[in-house]
Amino acid sequence: MTMAVTKLRVEEKLYQNRYLVDPGRPHIKVRPHERPSANLLALTHICPAKCYELNDKGQVETTPDGCMECGTCRVLCEASGEIVWNYPRGGFGVLFKFG
Amino acid sequence: MIEEEFDAIVVGAGMSGNAAAYTMASQGLAVLQLERGEYPGSKNVQGAIMYADMLEQIIPDFRNDAPLERHLVEQRFWVMDDTSHTGMQYRSDDFNEARPNRYTIIRAQFDKWFSRKVREAGATVLCETTVTELVRNAKGKVIGVRTDRAGGPIYANVVVLAEGVNGLLGTRAGLRKMPKPESVALAVKEMHFLPDEVIEQRFGLQGDEGCVIEAAGTISRSMAGLAFLYTNKESISLGIGCLVSDFAQTRESPYVLLDAFKHHPSIRPLIAGSEVKEYSAHLIPEGGYKAIPQLFGDGWVAVGDAAQLNNAIHREGSNLAMTSGRIAGEAIIEIKGRNQPMIRRNLALYKTMLDKSFVVKDLMKYKDMPDLIHTNSRNFFMTYPQLMSQAAQNFMRVDGTPKIEKEKATTAAFIKARSRWGLISDVVRLALAWR
Ligand SMILES: Cc1cc2nc3c(=O)[nH]c(=O)nc-3n(C[C@H](O)[C@H](O)[C@H](O)COP(=O)(O)OP(=O)(O)OC[C@H]3O[C@@H](n4cnc5c(N)ncnc54)[C@H](O)[C@@H]3O)c2cc1C
Ligand code: SF4
Repeated sequence: MTMAVTKLRVEEKLYQNRYLVDPGRPHIKVRPHERPSANLLALTHICPAKCYELNDKGQVETTPDGCMECGTCRVLCEASGEIVWNYPRGGFGVLFKFG
Repeated sequence: MIEEEFDAIVVGAGMSGNAAAYTMASQGLAVLQLERGEYPGSKNVQGAIMYADMLEQIIPDFRNDAPLERHLVEQRFWVMDDTSHTGMQYRSDDFNEARPNRYTIIRAQFDKWFSRKVREAGATVLCETTVTELVRNAKGKVIGVRTDRAGGPIYANVVVLAEGVNGLLGTRAGLRKMPKPESVALAVKEMHFLPDEVIEQRFGLQGDEGCVIEAAGTISRSMAGLAFLYTNKESISLGIGCLVSDFAQTRESPYVLLDAFKHHPSIRPLIAGSEVKEYSAHLIPEGGYKAIPQLFGDGWVAVGDAAQLNNAIHREGSNLAMTSGRIAGEAIIEIKGRNQPMIRRNLALYKTMLDKSFVVKDLMKYKDMPDLIHTNSRNFFMTYPQLMSQAAQNFMRVDGTPKIEKEKATTAAFIKARSRWGLISDVVRLALAWR
C-alpha cells in the first residue's frame, strides 16, 4: 500500500473530528536530531493521526494539528528526550463528540 | 483566581474523578474538580460497556436520567482469521431484567451527565483548565496545584489524581513511573451511525436490547490485541487495540488494522451503509496487578487509569475507575471525620479499603496474564486462530473424506504449527495464569 493512499485515508478520518487548534503553540515537538531512533521512526507508521513524517533529509518531523492526545508517542519517545510532550492548553486540542 | 482552600482537589472529570468528587461533595466536603477538556468527556474514549453495579453504589437511581444506550442481552466472542470467525455466543432473556446489569454508553454524553451530578452534589467544577504542576510544601507534602489559568496556586488538604492513563502530573512529580510500552495498548475506534431499526434487525434485538462482539485473531497481525463491536441505540462503536510495544516493533498502522477489521467478511455486513462520524484514539493500561504503582502519599492519592487499575483480560476499566474513585473519596471523608491530617500514614486507609474490594482481587487473579500474552503473542494471535479456523472448516466441510482422516489432519496441523511440547506448555501456562 502506498503512503499517499494511507495518508489520504487518515486525513479523511480526522476530518470527521472536532479540533480547537491553538495557533503557534504546538503541544508536541521533536528535538533536532541527525538520525532518528527506531522508536522515533516507528511513529511515522504507528501514530494513529499520522502526525509524524520523514522529511527529505531523513529526519522525523511532527505537525500535531490532528493529534488525538493518545500518548503513544510520549510512551515511546519522551523518556529518551527525543520529543517534548505536553497537553494542549485547557479547552484546546481534540474535542470528542462521542468518545 | 480562587482564594479559598479546599478539602480536596480532584484532577480530571473522567469515571474515577467524577466518582471521587461526587462521593466527597455529597458528604459536604469542599471539593474543586479541574478538567482540561472544554466539557467533561471531550477528551475521553471508551468502547463502551458500563457496569451498573459500580455506578449504583455511587448513584443508586442513575437509571432515571443517565444517558444509557442499550442494555446487553447478548455477548459474542470471536476468534478470527482473514476470512472466517469461530465464535461463542451467550444470550439470555434473564438480562431483560428490571435493573439491567450492563449497558452500552457514549462517553462524552455519559461524562457530561455524571459531571452534572457532581455539580448538583455541591462540588465546584472548572473545565478548560489543565493542571500543570503539583505544589508541595517544604516537607514534600502535596498542598495544591498550579494550572494554566492566570493566578497563583490553588490549595487543598488532599489532591486526588484522576488524570487517566497518561498521568502527566504524577509521573512528572516522580510519584510513579511513566507506563511502559509493553503495559499500555493503543486503541483506535470509529462511531458508525445507522437507524435503530437496522441495528435491531441485524443483531436480532428488540427495543433497548443490545449485543456486543469481542474479537481476537489474525486481525491484530500477530500483535497482542483485541477488537470490539458494541451496539448503541443509533450507532455502532467499533475498534481495535494492541500493545504499544508490539506496534513499535511491527510498525503496523492502527488505522490500517481498523480498516481491515471493518472490511472483514464477518464484520462488513453488520456495518454496511453506516455513516462514520468520529475517529478516536486512546491508551488502555494493560500491565495488570504488577503494574500498579504507589497509590497514596503525603497529600495525594491516585485512582483509576492513572493508577493502572484496569482489567485488560475482561475489558473492564470504567468500573474499576468508579470504584477506586468512590473508595478514595470514602477514605478521605473518614480521615477528615477523625480530624486527622491527609498524610501518607492516614491515606494508607485508601489502599487498605481498595485491597478488600474486587478491584485489587480481580487484578491479583490475573497477575501473570499480561506477561504470558505478551511473550506468546504470535501463537495466541496468529497461529491458534488460523488453526481453529482450519479445524472448524475441516469439521464442517463435507467432501467425502472419512471423518477419522479429517481428525488426524486437524491434530497434525496443530502439532506441526506449534510442536506437541509447545502446545502443552502454552495450555499449562494459560491455565496457571487464568487460575
Ligand atoms: C477504546 C477503549 C475501550 C474501552 N472499553 C471499556 C469498556 O467497554 N468498559 C470499561 O469498563 N472500560 C473500558 N475502557 C477503559 C475505560 O475507558 C477507562 O478505564 C476509564 O475511562 C478510566 O477512567 P479514569 O477516570 O481513570 O480516566 P479517564 O476517563 O481517562 O479520565 C481522565 C480525565 O482527566 C483529565 N485530565 C488529565 N490530565 C489532566 C490535567 N493535567 N488537568 C486537568 N484534567 C486532566 C482528562 O481530560 C480526562 O477527562 C476502554 C478504554 C478504551 C480506550
Ligand atoms: S499523542 Fe497520539 S495522536 Fe498525538 S501525536 Fe502522539 S501518537 Fe499521534
